[in-house]
Amino acid sequence: MSFNNKVQQPPSTITGSDTVKDFSVTDYEVRSLDTMCINDTVLKHPWWYNFKYLAVGLVFGVVFVKAEVISWFRIQEMFRLQSFHMYGVIGTAVVVGMISVWLIKKFKIKTIHGEPIKFHPKKFNKGQIIGGLIFGLGWAMTGACPGPLFAQIGTGFLVVSVVLLSAVAGTWVYGYFREKLPH
Amino acid sequence: MLEFLQQPWSWYVAGAIIGLIVPALLILGNKHFGISANLRHACAACFPANIKFFQYDWKKEVWNLFFVAGILIGGFLAAQYLSNPAGLEVAPALVEEVKGYGINDTTSLLPSELFSWESLFTLRGFIMLIGGGFLVGFGARYAGGCTSGHAIMGLSDLQVPSLIATISFMVGGFIMANLLLPFILNL
Repeated sequence: MSFNNKVQQPPSTITGSDTVKDFSVTDYEVRSLDTMCINDTVLKHPWWYNFKYLAVGLVFGVVFVKAEVISWFRIQEMFRLQSFHMYGVIGTAVVVGMISVWLIKKFKIKTIHGEPIKFHPKKFNKGQIIGGLIFGLGWAMTGACPGPLFAQIGTGFLVVSVVLLSAVAGTWVYGYFREKLPH
Repeated sequence: MLEFLQQPWSWYVAGAIIGLIVPALLILGNKHFGISANLRHACAACFPANIKFFQYDWKKEVWNLFFVAGILIGGFLAAQYLSNPAGLEVAPALVEEVKGYGINDTTSLLPSELFSWESLFTLRGFIMLIGGGFLVGFGARYAGGCTSGHAIMGLSDLQVPSLIATISFMVGGFIMANLLLPFILNL
């Protein structure tokens, strides 16, 4: 991994033992295949700083419901080409996201804490095709991707928590068989 | 104002707000938009079972759990205070089709004939809820992300692997909705 050596563990997590060091290497190796955040902050914030992400999520949840993106029917309409709605939502989101990322890169915009914003190129592997197809099958069945699952539960369809637990189980099973699967 | 908020929001308003979540997360704390990773954090926190894939410091990713908690609360607030009294307007062709599967109420977000505890204990409900959830979790991690991480964040950053993943998501969805789901819904 090209960026392994650039990533610094925050001082507080380095205890000096070898196990911690090994752990961090595998950590970043697997993290790089993932969408999870690989930008490590050097700054230490109190835990309640995370409430800003809760606020962003809250807005997201409201939009999900108000634009009916979490609806099983809207997902069926999309995959049966009966409505433009979902294509419009995803298309607009991508265009707005693209312009935002372009502006952040062009003007080297920093975070509110003054840290540079970094982007990491993703590597192609077969998982994006095989896993993507599997994900698509599940998406059309449940009418939800991982974000909408949480919003569906919030709107009162508590049975969706079973779908969510099953998704956690799916993630776990992937982790268990990961080394044996083609990538 | 309330009346305005209670209407269904159009696709361009919703799409623009979802798109703005990308820079919001980046500027607030250098976080890349992605939701399915929280399923992995849940495994790492609760059932790591000595699996290498779950051996990492999940506490560093705790922001993602706050984020999804916000989504859940947002869903609750919108359904409680901003819901559209008229209900959903579904494409007539779909209304006709799902009637054939015994789904008659197309005005709520999810069909209660499928998304209920009673349905969970039928073969059809079990396959759709448990099976579907499993495929979502397994597939998202195998693909290295879901619609948010690949289709929105990845495409925003012009990543080719994300474009490949997004196309695969859509192909999988088309196969399920048009070829497989009619059989499952008839069970």
